[in-house]
Amino acid sequence: MENERTHIISAIVENKPGVLYSVANLFRRRGFNIESISVGPTEQEDLARMTVTVKGDEKTIEQVVKQLNKLIDVVKVSRLDPANVVTREMALIKVHVSETKARSDVMNYVDVFRGRIVDISPETLMVEITGGSDKIDAFIDLMKPFGIKELARTGITALSRGSKSVKIE
Amino acid sequence: MTKMSGAQALIEALRRQNAKVIFGIIGGATLPTYDVLLDSEIRHILTRHEQCAAHAADGYARASGKPGLCMATSGPGATNLVTGIANAYMDSSPVIALTGQVPTYTPNSSYMIGKDAFQEADIIGITTPITKCNFQVKQAADIPKTVRLAFRIATTGRPGPVLIDLPKNTQADTAEMDFSDDIEIRGYKPTYNPHPIQVKKATELLVGAEKPMILAGGGVTSSNACQELFELAELLMAPVATTLMGKGCFPENHPLSIGNIGMHGTRAANQLILETDVLLAVGTRFSDRSTGNLDRFCSGKKIIQIDIDTAEIGKNLDVEIPIVADAKRTLKAIYELIIKQLKKRKDSVWFKRVKEVKEQLLNNAPIEEGKNLKPQTLLKELRKILPEDAIVTTEVGQNQMWAALYYKALKPRTYITSGGLGTMGFGFPASLGAKVACPDKIVLDIAGDGSFIMTEQDLACSVEENIPVTVMVLNNSMLGMVAQWQRLFYNRRYSAVKLGHVPDFVKLAEAYGAQGVRIGSLKEFSRAVRKAIKSEVTTVIDVPISSEEDVFPIIPPGRGLDEMVVG
Repeated sequence: MENERTHIISAIVENKPGVLYSVANLFRRRGFNIESISVGPTEQEDLARMTVTVKGDEKTIEQVVKQLNKLIDVVKVSRLDPANVVTREMALIKVHVSETKARSDVMNYVDVFRGRIVDISPETLMVEITGGSDKIDAFIDLMKPFGIKELARTGITALSRGSKSVKIE
Repeated sequence: MTKMSGAQALIEALRRQNAKVIFGIIGGATLPTYDVLLDSEIRHILTRHEQCAAHAADGYARASGKPGLCMATSGPGATNLVTGIANAYMDSSPVIALTGQVPTYTPNSSYMIGKDAFQEADIIGITTPITKCNFQVKQAADIPKTVRLAFRIATTGRPGPVLIDLPKNTQADTAEMDFSDDIEIRGYKPTYNPHPIQVKKATELLVGAEKPMILAGGGVTSSNACQELFELAELLMAPVATTLMGKGCFPENHPLSIGNIGMHGTRAANQLILETDVLLAVGTRFSDRSTGNLDRFCSGKKIIQIDIDTAEIGKNLDVEIPIVADAKRTLKAIYELIIKQLKKRKDSVWFKRVKEVKEQLLNNAPIEEGKNLKPQTLLKELRKILPEDAIVTTEVGQNQMWAALYYKALKPRTYITSGGLGTMGFGFPASLGAKVACPDKIVLDIAGDGSFIMTEQDLACSVEENIPVTVMVLNNSMLGMVAQWQRLFYNRRYSAVKLGHVPDFVKLAEAYGAQGVRIGSLKEFSRAVRKAIKSEVTTVIDVPISSEEDVFPIIPPGRGLDEMVVG
């Protein structure tokens, strides 16, 4: 669809078992398209933050937010403004490098992308890279000609800029 | 703080919530609770299938406006509740389901849930999409609070079913119990008061409207806003159409009532809703069965939508003025604002038009009396026999749609039907629940043979527990509504709709200790209904009808409300 783009939704949820299930189930049930989801604890012990990236038009995203809000265990839902947000994603990439030339090329790229080599074997290098999704996509493209043996991405996590914060009593 | 077992705490917590009745079936995983229940004032009604327990709790809730309770054991007991829970969810009915569960740990302290123990089912996983919320109790001490949460969530905001899963050891264990009342749910804050700006905008639109109309859904009944709706309709001289779920919230013998809209709505309602310039929709989610083709539904009008559930705004339809709030408060606010600037309208061109359309179109397809009994005639007759406050429940299919078209509901909570899920087998157990909630009212289930046979075994419950209801079975030996669709849209190719040898319902009733009677004429029908009511014994009235009889008008799926097929 024409007006479809990726939106970032940040949800503060009760930090207890079953919440991820009900959120994931909601997306499946209503036919919303999750691109990535990441979950982790927040500064408040009993709350967790879910960062969901969803593809859809304006109307769909509005429904996503409303349906999420309906879940009792979801405490607060906000849509993050793409112009005012820091997003990060991490990837671990195991690249095939049996020749010395390939090995030094990859290491150069890693430098340029400010990644890190976290594991080395005679045949492979494992690279850790953090940044916006575009940067990670670009790096993966560069690695493809060498041969990617394994790849793991965390999905996006995000916070809005500035001093404002969401405090749940 | 008091020390007691989880089961004792459960029953005490339920008592504090004013629970009077639980419909259910006992099993291994609920033994501790049933042991305590034996000494409790709460009445337990043993149904003969858990699905009936859930539907009965639903019927109880709809008839009384109070939460209905059902209970089942773990595994199959719990999964048998599922249809009933889904039904309550679709129709926003406050049902509280209690399920037993295998213990969280075994006697040698190893974890048991998740090991596929005997009669273990993941009822939390299964019911997540069909409950407003569900809880699995982890320790006995959590039970009082969980019950309070369940009642709060089920009955407030947009009502809906809540399930509490109780592992057996949490029922048996003792703990210090805290019954204090304060609970805080930080992720749940329904909006009750309408935004004044939205109310003002809505009022302006309604006052300026030449042809205002009201569409009332189930939300009007659940927020007990029927009186407010009535007053506003009369003030505006706005005709009132209802959705299937809204039927009964406005008296259908009132000059402004135009009946149901939708696939099997009245001709008048479906016609007038296309002529209105401002539609005030209250407590309705614009289901596909109500609106038909949405573009046609919306064209030429402005819509005000009142709903307590934010997610219903813009889900199926974009409206000009959304108001997220309680229907009762909002209708009252609108009324109070309008009365300041508008005298009660007595007559208008629009009202004349309403009268004209009603006269011309209210009688749907003409009823030709042949040698067969006509369900349409019988249902009109039924209205004459039953007092205004009698409660009818319906099954699903032709029986339900004939009832919607020909049986006029005059009071709120007197027409109980499975609207959203369309559950065959709902009506009879729901009638039992309604009768338990309102023992002084007459309760009658309008059934079809296909539906009744799905839950008929609870005649046993009805007789044993002395819950006298009447079931009129419109018996065409067919799954009639599907047969009608095959007749209309599949070239009369009847696939799997003929029920062939239908059991003798008279003998069936008698086998259960109920009364059975077969009627062959309108006169016999009246006599049988009157006798059944008077007898205060559960009675099944077998009403043979033609298998070729159709429900008209019908709007073919995907078409607009003006594309009615009238017969």
